[in-house]
Amino acid sequence: MDLIGNLALGLSTALTPENLLFCFIGVLLGTLVGVLPGIGPTATIAMLLPITFTLQPVTSLIMIAGIYYGAQYGGSTTAILINLPGESSAAVTAIDGHEMARAGRAGPALATAAIGSFVAGTVATLVVILFAPALASAALKFGSAEFFSLVVLGLIASITLARGSTLKALAMIVLGLLFSLVGQDLYTATPRFTFGARELFSGINFVSVAVGMFGVAEVLRNLEDETTRTALIRTVKGLWLTRDDRRRIVWPVVRGTALGSALGVLPGAGHVLASFASYSLEKRVSKTPKEFGHGAIEGVAGPESANNAAAQTSFIPLLTLGLPAHPVMALMVGAFIIQGIIPGPNVIEKEPALFWGLVVSMWVGNLMLVLLNLPLIGLWVRLLTVPYSILFPAIIVFAGIGTYSLSSNAFDIYAIAFFGILGYALLKLGCEPAPLLLGFVLGPLLEQHLRRALIISQGDFSIFLTRPVSAALLVAAAIALVLAVLPSIRRTREIVFQEEDPV
Amino acid sequence: MPRSLKDVVAGTLFVLFGLGFALGSLEYETGSAARMGPGYFPLVLGGLLTALGGLIVARGFTGGEEGPIGGVSWRAVGFILAAVLVFGVTVRGLGLLPATFIAAVLSALASRRTSVVNVALISVGLTVASMLIFVVALSLRLPLVGPWLRF
Repeated sequence: MDLIGNLALGLSTALTPENLLFCFIGVLLGTLVGVLPGIGPTATIAMLLPITFTLQPVTSLIMIAGIYYGAQYGGSTTAILINLPGESSAAVTAIDGHEMARAGRAGPALATAAIGSFVAGTVATLVVILFAPALASAALKFGSAEFFSLVVLGLIASITLARGSTLKALAMIVLGLLFSLVGQDLYTATPRFTFGARELFSGINFVSVAVGMFGVAEVLRNLEDETTRTALIRTVKGLWLTRDDRRRIVWPVVRGTALGSALGVLPGAGHVLASFASYSLEKRVSKTPKEFGHGAIEGVAGPESANNAAAQTSFIPLLTLGLPAHPVMALMVGAFIIQGIIPGPNVIEKEPALFWGLVVSMWVGNLMLVLLNLPLIGLWVRLLTVPYSILFPAIIVFAGIGTYSLSSNAFDIYAIAFFGILGYALLKLGCEPAPLLLGFVLGPLLEQHLRRALIISQGDFSIFLTRPVSAALLVAAAIALVLAVLPSIRRTREIVFQEEDPV
Repeated sequence: MPRSLKDVVAGTLFVLFGLGFALGSLEYETGSAARMGPGYFPLVLGGLLTALGGLIVARGFTGGEEGPIGGVSWRAVGFILAAVLVFGVTVRGLGLLPATFIAAVLSALASRRTSVVNVALISVGLTVASMLIFVVALSLRLPLVGPWLRF
C-alpha cells in the first residue's frame, strides 16, 4: 500500500496557503458560532454551509470539516462555562466540567478538553488513514442489493440512539424519505409531488430542510420561554494544568480515544454513545468514584477525547460507503453532492487529492483548534454573554441570505418557513428532527438501489436475502431494531439521555 | 381522554402526511416490482407512514409519551415566519439590502422583551453586518437594490 505517497499527496493538498487559510477560517467561525449559547454544531454548519459553496470542492469540504471541529469545541466550552451543552455528546462534559468551573477551575477544565480533543483527533485521524482505504475497496464490490441493505441499516441504526420513542423516530425517517422524493423521478423524469411548480422539479433543497428543522425550529422553541441567562463565569484564569492534573488525565485520554475511535464508526449516534461510555468507564475504574459529578477532571478528559475521536472516525462510513453516521455527516453528504461529488467508495480512487487532503486537514484542523482556543478563551467567554435577542434575528437573516445565495430561488426560502414550522410542531410533539434529515439525504440513494436491484433480479425480492453481504446487513438492521424496542435497553437510554439539552 | 395528547397529535400528523403522499402517488404509474414506475416507492412509503402514524395514535390512547405539549409563543411563530416569507417574496424585487432590513425588523420583533429602540438598533446593525459578510467579504453577486425600486 502506497501510504507514504498518499500522505504526501494529502499534505501537499492540505497545506496549500488557500486550504490552510480556509481551514483556519472554518475552525474560527465554527468556534465563534458554536460558542453562542443555544446553537449546536448541526445548526452552526447548516447556517454556515452556504458560504462554503463558492469555493473549490476540496477547499470547501476542508472548511466545513473545520467548522465542525470548531463548533464541537465551542459546544464543550458552553457546556463547561454555563452548563449549556450545544449538543448531546457535550452533555457529559457539562457534568464535571461545569462543577470544575464553579470551583474556580474553569481554566484547567477547558485546557483538558482542548488537549484531550487534540490527542484523540490525532490518533483517530490515523485510524481513518489506516482503515478507510481497505473498507472502500471492499465496498467497491457492493452491488445495488448491498447498498440498499446498507442504507436500511444506516437508517435503522440512527434510531437506536435517538431520544424518545422508536416508533416516532421510524415515522420521521419515512417522512424524510418521502420529502426526498419530491422532484423529477430519476428513471422516467416524471415530476412527483411538485404541484406543477417548476422550481420544485429539481427537488427540495436540503439546505432549506436543515436550516428550517435545526435553525428556525430551534429559534421558535427558545422564544417560548424567554428567561434571561446569566453567565456565571466571567473570567477564566490559570489555564495550566498542575502536575497532578496532568498525571490524572493521561489514562482517561487514552481510554477515551480508543473507545471513541471504535464507536464513531457505527452509524447512528456513535459519538454520543462514545462520550457516555467513556464517562461510565472512567467512573468505574476510578479509585475515587465519589468525586465524579463534583468536578473530577477525569470526567472531562475521557468523554471529551472519546467525543472528538468519534467525530473523526465518523468520517469513515461517509468517505467509504457514502453513509452519514449522524446529522452533521448528512450535511457533509449534501455538501459533497452540491460540489458534484457522490460520496462513497469511489472517492478515494477518483478524487485522491480530495480524499487525502481532507483526511490530513482533519489533523491540521485539530492542531489549529488547540492553538486558537487556548489563547482566545477570554474572547469566547465574552461571547457567552451575547443576548439571545440579538442572536436569533441574526440566525434568521443569515439563514435566509445564505440559502438564497445558493441558487437565487425564492422557493428555497419558502421551504425554510415550511420546514421550520413543521420541525417546531414535531419537536413539540416529541419527535427529533435528526432521523428526518437522514431519511431526506438517503432517500434518493435508497430508491435508486431498490429499483436497480429489482430490475436485475426481475422483481424477485429474495435478492436481498440470497446475497450474503446484503443478508448480513439486513440481519444487523433487524437486530438494531429489536434492541431499540427492548425494554431493558430503553431504560438505559432514558438514563443516558435524561440530562441532555436540545441539539 | 387519551393518555398522551402528544402521541395522538403526532400520529395524526404522520397519518395525514402518509395518506397525502400515498394518494398523490396514485397519479403516477405504479408499475411492477421488476419495473417500478415513479409511483411505486412513494406509494409503499406513504402506506408505511400511515401505518406507523396509526400505531402512534393507538399507543397515545393506552400509554405513550407523557408530559404536556407546552405553550407556544404565537407572536414568535408569526413574526419569524413572516420574516422568512417576506424575505423570499421581496428579495428579487426589492433587492438584497431592503429585503434583509425588513427581515431583520420582523424577526427582531418576535421577542417580547426587545424594546422598539433595540429592534431598530438590532435591525440596522444586522443589515450592515450581513452586507459586510456576504457582499464585501464573500463577494456575493446579488443586486443590492432590485427592479421594484429602480425608476
